[in-house]
Amino acid sequence: MRKSNATIAWRRKDLLDIESLSREEIELILATAESFKEVSRREIKKVPALRGKTLVNLFYEPSTRTRVSFEVAAKRLSLDVINIASETSSVKKGETLIDTGKNIEALKVDIIVVRHNYSGAAAMLARSLRVSVVNAGDGWHEHPTQALLDIFTLKEKLGAIKGLKVSIIGDIAHSRVARSNIWGLLKLGASVKVCAPKILIPAAIEEMGVTVTESLDEAIADADAVNVLRMQFERDSQDAFPKQLEYFKNFGITEERLAKLSKKIVIMHPGPINRGIEMSSAVADGPHSVILEQVTNGIAVRMAVLFLVAQANEYINPTKHFSNPKGENKV
Amino acid sequence: MNNFKEKAVILSAEEIKRIIYRLTHQILENNSSVGEIALIGIQTRGAYLAKRVQAIVKEIEGVELPLGVLDITLYRDDLTAVDSNPTVKETQLDFDINGKIVVLIDDVLFTGRTIRAALDEIMDFGRPQKVELLVLIDRGHRELPIRADFVGKNIPTSTQETVKVCLEEVDGKDEVVIGEKI
Repeated sequence: MRKSNATIAWRRKDLLDIESLSREEIELILATAESFKEVSRREIKKVPALRGKTLVNLFYEPSTRTRVSFEVAAKRLSLDVINIASETSSVKKGETLIDTGKNIEALKVDIIVVRHNYSGAAAMLARSLRVSVVNAGDGWHEHPTQALLDIFTLKEKLGAIKGLKVSIIGDIAHSRVARSNIWGLLKLGASVKVCAPKILIPAAIEEMGVTVTESLDEAIADADAVNVLRMQFERDSQDAFPKQLEYFKNFGITEERLAKLSKKIVIMHPGPINRGIEMSSAVADGPHSVILEQVTNGIAVRMAVLFLVAQANEYINPTKHFSNPKGENKV
Repeated sequence: MNNFKEKAVILSAEEIKRIIYRLTHQILENNSSVGEIALIGIQTRGAYLAKRVQAIVKEIEGVELPLGVLDITLYRDDLTAVDSNPTVKETQLDFDINGKIVVLIDDVLFTGRTIRAALDEIMDFGRPQKVELLVLIDRGHRELPIRADFVGKNIPTSTQETVKVCLEEVDGKDEVVIGEKI
């Protein structure tokens, strides 16, 4: 993997989205994640970097993969982790998000990782609190760490993002993963095509700078990589989505389709996979798939994000006061 | 470094070269079993010094010592207090350090806190037989009970002063300069 040379400093106490990040900030996260990847290969997979700090996973939507990934990342940085699921908390008693946040802050927690079904929930929490807030998915808005780990995996596989052709396939309309990926990929110089049945393509998506197709074969024809989104049938309250078999027939990735391509492409999926709907099992487990590498890389990327926001917040809101008059030399 | 006012050049390229040769000989003199020695350099300049020591050992003994690189950022005790945002660089220790005589290498020994962090990190990788410390410059002002086994040059400094080690590989030239922060 080509080593990034990020030179800027990270100055945000929160990570809320990809849209507001600069290319340099994204590259800094990726470069930091590269260094963190090594920690998970050690016999003792833990560094004392954030020892004494506490992280709360505040999840208003069900999640296993993202929550566990944040928890593993946090523990490898020596953070203490507390998980709050909305079903078992006083959210059920009608407490507002900000009140919950302020109560968590009053417990002297340092980082809140929040997933919420309302777009903008993480940003609202971040504005109201001094603690760091990391968005683990807000409504249809963004899921920044998923995009970062997708991009990290792509970079690891293909060397550089600039100039890559990436197609995102599936429910673009309801996908925060798609939105975050589009912002990130475009900022790093990739070109992005989205592919879905018409009903799942949001109006005016082209204005983000992507091209649109309803043909899967066209979407994969000259792509270097495809990111296949999960069909969120549980969100289809109006019964408007194509039926599962119909979807697989038109948009499912199969070995037959891949065999027609002139080059090998990288296949990503944020999980959990619906086998036989978004892709066949053979593809999911086949040589093109980097799905499990994405999961592994998610730890390094989230370690980098937690480390950077914690460090920046300490700079913005110092909790302890060292004098460091010694100047240039490392102490 | 824009906020650095140079006062004097302390070591020239030629002197640095001779010093590294001497320090390498001292390592070999101190440790009769070359096969047990492993070198670990602290990012960034310590890593390049370690590489030079490795090359000289190869030249003298014909043995290529295992070489590792340590980034101690994640083991610092002032991680979030410094006003510069330290970038996390990679640690590379691809050999078994259990039972090895580890020679830890850094450019400047000052408060000793970097070495404390490095020792903690090394212990997370295993249990070396012994850890020795090699530094190009010892400028004093220790804040921890740490000393170097092999010292290139002792340079008494005031705390206002800064010692800047430049190495060809990173800075384009070999030189040690003393200066002041402005």
